[in-house]
Amino acid sequence: MAISTTTPARERRATRRPRDTATTRHAGSPAHRGDARLAWVLISPAVVGFLVFAAYPTLRGIYLSFTNFRVLTPPEWTGLENLRRLVGDTTFWSSLGVTVYFVVLSVVIGMLLSVTTAVVLHRLTASTMLRGIIILPFLISGVVAATTWSWMLDAQLGIVNIAIRALGLDPVFFLGSSRWAIPTIALISVWKGMGYNAIIVFAGLQTISPSIYEAGRIDGANEVQMFRRLTLPLLRPVLAMVLVLTVIGSFQVFDIVAVATQGGPARASNVLQLYIYDKAFGQFEFGYAATMSLALFAMLIAITFLQMRLLRADESDTD
Amino acid sequence: MSAPASPARAVTRPAAGATARTLRPPSPTRRRFSVGRAFAWAYLGVIVLVTLFPFYWILRTSFSNNYALITDPSSLLPVDFTLGAFRRVLGLATPAESLAEGGSGASINILHFALNSLVFATLSTGLVVFFSLIAAYAFARLQWRGRDLVFSVLLTALMVPGILTLLPNFVLVKDLGLLNTFAGLILPGALFSAFNIFFLRQFMLGLSHEIEEAALIDGASRLRVLFQITLPMTSGPVTTLSILGFIGAWNDYFWPLLVTSDDSVRPLTLALAVFKQSSPQSAPDWAGLMAATLVAALPMLLLFLAFGRRIVDSIGFSGLK
Repeated sequence: MAISTTTPARERRATRRPRDTATTRHAGSPAHRGDARLAWVLISPAVVGFLVFAAYPTLRGIYLSFTNFRVLTPPEWTGLENLRRLVGDTTFWSSLGVTVYFVVLSVVIGMLLSVTTAVVLHRLTASTMLRGIIILPFLISGVVAATTWSWMLDAQLGIVNIAIRALGLDPVFFLGSSRWAIPTIALISVWKGMGYNAIIVFAGLQTISPSIYEAGRIDGANEVQMFRRLTLPLLRPVLAMVLVLTVIGSFQVFDIVAVATQGGPARASNVLQLYIYDKAFGQFEFGYAATMSLALFAMLIAITFLQMRLLRADESDTD
Repeated sequence: MSAPASPARAVTRPAAGATARTLRPPSPTRRRFSVGRAFAWAYLGVIVLVTLFPFYWILRTSFSNNYALITDPSSLLPVDFTLGAFRRVLGLATPAESLAEGGSGASINILHFALNSLVFATLSTGLVVFFSLIAAYAFARLQWRGRDLVFSVLLTALMVPGILTLLPNFVLVKDLGLLNTFAGLILPGALFSAFNIFFLRQFMLGLSHEIEEAALIDGASRLRVLFQITLPMTSGPVTTLSILGFIGAWNDYFWPLLVTSDDSVRPLTLALAVFKQSSPQSAPDWAGLMAATLVAALPMLLLFLAFGRRIVDSIGFSGLK
C-alpha cells in the first residue's frame, strides 16, 4: 500500500523537475526522500507566525482604516469617511510637520556624524575598544536615554545648563520650550543611534580594498579628494541602506518623545506615532488610528522609493 | 598633507596585513604628526566624551543624596555619597528613609520588573531564533516543491513596518484574551522573523554540504544532521541574532505598552517610564531615577563587557547583508 501511494507522487515530482532546475537537482535522489514533509514541519512555526501576526494584521489594518472601530463594538464600514477626516484634521498635519522636522534634523545630523566618525575611525585606528564605546548608547533603551538626558538638560540642576550658565549665557529650557523640544529630542536620538550607524558604515569601509587608497595616494590625492572620489562612491550602497533605514526608523520615533516630553509643551513635539497612539488608546478611535497608520505607511513607501531612485541616479558621478 | 608614498611600506603592508587581519586601515597608522590627523583625533575625543559622559553622570547621580544634589549640582563626584537611591528603587528603604534623602513617594520594585524583562527578552529571542533556524534549514538544505515561492512570500514581511501591524496585532491579542500575559507579549514576535530566516539561510548556503551529505549517507536522519552538524556550524550567526534580538526585546517599549497594563508582566522599560512620569515635576527624585536607569541599563552593559567585540562585529555584519 505504502509503495503504491508514494510512487505516483514521486513520478509527478520527477516530471516537474525541469521547472526549478538548478536548485532541485537532487530531488528524488535517496538523500532527499521525504524532504518536503520535513520541510513543511520545519517551516510551519514561521508560516503560522507570518500568516497570523504579519499578513493577517496587515490586511486587517487596511480594512479597519475604512471603518469606525472603537474596539468594544464590531467595526462598521464607513468607506472614505476617515480619509476625509484626515485631510481636514489640523492636528494630524501639524503632527506630520513636527515629525518631518524631527526626521530631517536627526537624519541629517546623524548621517553627517556617523559617516565622519566611521571614516575617522577607519583612517586612524583599528581599535575595537573605540568602536565598542561608540555603540554603547545603542545598547540602552530609548526610555533610559530620554530619562538620563532629561536630567542632564534639566533647566535648574542639569549639568548642561550649569555649564551654559558658567559661560555667562542664559539657561536653555531644552525639553520645556516649544522651540527647543524637537531639536533636543533629535539630538538625543542622534546620540543614541549615531554609533550604530557608524559601525555599519565602518564595516562597509572595511570592504574597500586598501590598494585603492594606495593607488590614490601614489596619484597624489589628498584625504579629502580620496574621500570624495573613492570612499563615497564605493560606499554608496551601504550609505543608501543606512539612510533608508534611519529615515524609516525616525518617522516612527516614539519612546524618547513619550518619556522626555509626552508630546509637549503644547503639542510642540507631538510626533505622528504619539498622536496615533493617543487616538487609539486615549480615545479608542481605532479605525481612525488605523487610517493614520496606513497614511504613514504610504508616505514611507513613497519616500523609500524616491530615495532609492535618487541614490541610484548618483551612480554616474563616480567617474 | 604630504604624501610620502613610501614604496617599501606599500610592498610590506599587504604581507603583514595578511597575517594580522584585514581590519587594519590602509593608511599608515604610524605616520608623523599632521594638523589633519590632530583634528581627527580631537574629533574622536569629543565623540567618545559625549558618548560616555551620560553614563558617568548616571553613576555619579545614582550614588548621590537627592536633597544634596541641589547644594552642589556641578560636582563631578557623587554629592553626599549614599546607597540610598538604590535602596529606594530596590524597595529596601522605609518611607521615612526615602523622604529623608529626597525620594518621592513614588517607588519602583525594580527587581520584579527586571525579572519580567528577562523572561520576555529571553523567551522571545530564544524562540524566534530557534524557529528561524529550522525554517532557514528547510530553505537552504531541503529540496521541495514551492520552496522558492514560499521563501519570497515570507520575505515580503520585511517591507511592512511595525506601525501597520501593531494596532491590529493588539486587537488580535486582545481577542485571544492574551492581554497582560507573557504569551500575548511574546507570541507575535516569537514564531517568525523574516530577517532572521533570510540571514541564517544566506549563511547556510555558504557552508559546505560535504559533512552533512557524508552523515546522510552514513544513515543519519535529517533532523540529526540539523541538530548535530548544521546547528554547531551556525553558532556564529545564531549568537549574533540572539544578542541583537535580546537587546531589542530588553529595550522594547511600544509593544509592551500596548499589551500590558498590569505590573505582573510589565517589563522594566515601562516601569521606568511610569516611575519617571510619577516623579513630582517640582522636585524629581533624580538620584532614584538614575539608580533605576542604571539597573535597567546594567544587563546590557554586562552583555557588552562579555561580548563587546562580538556585538561590534555583529552590527557591522548585519548591516552588510
